[in-house]
Amino acid sequence: MNGMTIIVKTVAGWVKILIFLFGVYIVLFGHLTPGGGFAGGVILASSYVLLMLAFGRQYAERNLPLPMASKLDCAGALLFALIAVFGLIIGGSFFVNFLYQHYLPGEAFHLVSAGSIPLSNIAIGLKVGASLFLVILSLSIWGKDTGSDTPVEKGEGT
Amino acid sequence: MLYGLCFLLFTIGLYCVVVKKNMVKIVLGIMIMEYAVNLFLIMLGYRLGGVAPIVDQPQLEPGTQQLTAGFLSRCVDPLPQALVLTAIVISLGSLALMISICVRIYGKYHTFDITEIRRLRG
Amino acid sequence: MMIFYALLLFMIIAAIIAVETSNLLSSVICVGAVGFGASLMFLFLRAPDIAITQIVVEVLGLIILIRATISRDLTSISGDREFFGVVVSVAIIAVIFIAGIRVLGDLPGFGGPIFALVSGAASQTYIAQGLELTGAANLVSGVILDFRAYDTLGEAAVLFTCIIGATAILRRKSKKLVGGSDE
Repeated sequence: MNGMTIIVKTVAGWVKILIFLFGVYIVLFGHLTPGGGFAGGVILASSYVLLMLAFGRQYAERNLPLPMASKLDCAGALLFALIAVFGLIIGGSFFVNFLYQHYLPGEAFHLVSAGSIPLSNIAIGLKVGASLFLVILSLSIWGKDTGSDTPVEKGEGT
Repeated sequence: MLYGLCFLLFTIGLYCVVVKKNMVKIVLGIMIMEYAVNLFLIMLGYRLGGVAPIVDQPQLEPGTQQLTAGFLSRCVDPLPQALVLTAIVISLGSLALMISICVRIYGKYHTFDITEIRRLRG
Repeated sequence: MMIFYALLLFMIIAAIIAVETSNLLSSVICVGAVGFGASLMFLFLRAPDIAITQIVVEVLGLIILIRATISRDLTSISGDREFFGVVVSVAIIAVIFIAGIRVLGDLPGFGGPIFALVSGAASQTYIAQGLELTGAANLVSGVILDFRAYDTLGEAAVLFTCIIGATAILRRKSKKLVGGSDE
């Protein structure tokens, strides 16, 4: 899949890092402002989708290859389950907010507060972002493949 | 009346799923139904003149950690919002699954028409 | 209140256009308009988390839909299914709609939520003690990840399964197959 014109490539090169940073902000401050892991993860995925649409599929695949995205996805899910199991080991029941109740209460309205909620947000954001990029990349690879007999020579600039 | 309009949106999506022949139109009908259901759940928790369920410094009584009575009497329901948040992301996952099925069927039969597919035995 | 009626009317008109038009690209764009109207409704219903999530999910959903529909040469499929089936389906949907309208009259009115009327509701505990029990200033995050974390675990599992299913369906042809249609 080809990329787009030179204007789109230049602007996308500047904008994609801002979108990524905004996604990281929404994930990290999920316990203080609206947002959270899900919205931030989708924004992270959309920064990589912008990369894929503007520069072509091969460039995005070199940047974040398919097996690596799959492994990030599994790592996010595993991290979320590990936080829950730590709650069981330390706190006494599954998913208990062990950091807030025992070790690190922090102060309200600051970044370090609410215990294991920011950690869960990071795990969920990683998982959702990697999953959605994985599925859009797979859809794009399939469209280019010889799996369908209809050659995709028109509408490539989407 | 507002609940009735939301239910009308749901039945428009249902009509699209049941009546249309094009596979992608059926997927669009499912998406319209999902938007209508999420909207209905959030409308159930609304309070007239309400505020969003986010606490900030002005909502606390000065000096303590208690919430002001004004905030407690005006806050909207946070529980349906928590449930709809996960439902929206799941709808994106299921859309990806449905579209991958449609793309794969198109690769084999070269049509999106479900009555044609039913006749051809591969 | 007028803004709610206006936005719902906009969404209904966009949905009717999406259902009835024969051009597939126009239907996809109209469904995008329905989602955008839903995001604005969420903002006016005092749910900022949901509005952010809805708008970004809408954008990614539109990209997925357009990738699937625009790069295949489509002949527009005309007509509906056979006439008798259409009439019976529309009659049943009309009966469902009328029954639903009568049931919806029993709900508490718009603006008076259930948790304010019932004394021991769970949401009252979540609002009143959410900050001191979880430490999160965003009460919805506290509900998702502390009070109701099992639902989030279930959501992660469902999303994982959907993505695995989609990736497995879109796998390339195995190189070990010699000829043959698909696997």
